[in-house]
Amino acid sequence: MLKILNTNHSQLTTHMFEEVATTTEGDLVINVGPQHPSTHGVLHLLITLSGETIKNVEPHLGYIHRSIEKMCESLSYRQFIYVTSRMDYLSSHINNHGCALCVEKGLQIEITPRARVIRVLMDELTRLASHQLWWGAMAMDVGALTPFFHAFREREAINDIMEETCGARLTMNYIVPGGVMFDLHPNFQNRVKEFIRFFKTKIDEYDDLVTGNIIFQSRMKRVGYLSKEDAISYGCTGPTARASGVSCDIRKLYPYEVYGNLKFDEIIETGGDCFSRYLVRMQEMRQSLSIIEQLIDNIPDGEFQTKTKAVLKLPKGEFYSRVETARGEFGVYIISEGGTTPYRIKFRSPGFSNLSALNHMAKGHKIGDLVAIMGTLDLVIPDIDR
Amino acid sequence: MFLKKYLSDIFSAVASLLKGMRMTGYYFTHRKEIITQNYPDNPELMKLPERFRGEVVMPHDENNEHACTGCTACELACPNATIKIITKFDISPDGKKKKALDTFIYHLELCTMCNLCVVACPTDAIKMAQNFEHSVFDRSKLTKKLNAPGSKIREGIE
Repeated sequence: MLKILNTNHSQLTTHMFEEVATTTEGDLVINVGPQHPSTHGVLHLLITLSGETIKNVEPHLGYIHRSIEKMCESLSYRQFIYVTSRMDYLSSHINNHGCALCVEKGLQIEITPRARVIRVLMDELTRLASHQLWWGAMAMDVGALTPFFHAFREREAINDIMEETCGARLTMNYIVPGGVMFDLHPNFQNRVKEFIRFFKTKIDEYDDLVTGNIIFQSRMKRVGYLSKEDAISYGCTGPTARASGVSCDIRKLYPYEVYGNLKFDEIIETGGDCFSRYLVRMQEMRQSLSIIEQLIDNIPDGEFQTKTKAVLKLPKGEFYSRVETARGEFGVYIISEGGTTPYRIKFRSPGFSNLSALNHMAKGHKIGDLVAIMGTLDLVIPDIDR
Repeated sequence: MFLKKYLSDIFSAVASLLKGMRMTGYYFTHRKEIITQNYPDNPELMKLPERFRGEVVMPHDENNEHACTGCTACELACPNATIKIITKFDISPDGKKKKALDTFIYHLELCTMCNLCVVACPTDAIKMAQNFEHSVFDRSKLTKKLNAPGSKIREGIE
């Protein structure tokens, strides 16, 4: 049977059937995705099962590949920033920030203090919105539907603030090389303060509803263990690595913008399991709130944008900058030949490295736990597969 | 000792579930906490902020005049070739030739609402409108001509 299928299918399917052939008798190979609600996108997982126990997980990518890096080579330094919103669409603002930082490094321009603070404020609001969505979606994955609605209620408040100042709710192309596109909306400060007051009561509800729940804890604890060494060797960053005890917060280690002057903690847990990853993100939300509180009353006056030339030309050379998105380290690497468009752009996306540890984490667990592990990895597929 | 731990585990587990259920009960009995709402069929109810980016429009004043000089700055700024500008030569009364806008073609189906064209425009001739209900039955309706028929450039804009 296998031989017949081997001869008649394309190379990809041949590869899959070869894998089927290498599994021992009695094993079951199933496909999760590319269209499956718990993969949060078009991720295809080829899972080898022995009974209900996972023997091997192989992610197959390529279903949402848009060749963004190649596309950026034909766009100017102002234009390519909007494309990165479409990569990690939940922290699109932070992606734009990383790109703008890299271009500014090449142009050697200083941005104004006001623009710096606005950028950081927006970054933290985006991080909050992203973690809120993660919280709701992950709780839904493990079987609790109500948190999803709670999370979206709070996220809506952030989206409204974004809509008013940036002009868009999700893919706001708000950061431009040299500053930000518009000044803050006059209502911004009041609305953010109102949101902080509102969210501080709600984040305690999050803990009541999900964190303490015994069913949730038994789904999460001692599941998907990732040791510190493995987290480093797989290149994990962000909350995934910090839950394994790796200190990797770019905001602390290589401060950009005003992060160096702010008081906040880098959350590090040492458990390495799903529950630690959950706790790291929950505490990061509180840290983001405290960062916003520190900045919201201290926005300096002045210009929101420094004057740049109409056509931006980066000098010949290589530039790299990195930022901490909600999922980990996002790096932008530009090689310039001195023209108006980059010669080559490489994005280092956090999701790709985090996903590579999935097989290691999931081995030996039951198939139901795979959904919990994927939920705590906070996968955004367009970010993994650019 | 074992029995004591066993019982306390059960007790704390039930307590944690009741804590969550209390929240559910609160939202179940408080109707004003309901935040879902119907789609606003009445556009009057849908107040969108001024900066919301729905589509590119070209404002015309009461004399059917716009501010576009046809300089193609927006066309160059656009990352997706959404805008195509066709220019013509106007002949002024004293016989001088002057470049002017003939047709401003806007492909809504290609637009990503990045606002780069509006920022690039030196005369503020285009802006973003708040209309977001773009669905049509025919794709060709998404290709729009932004300058009104018979319109001309406002006096004094270079």
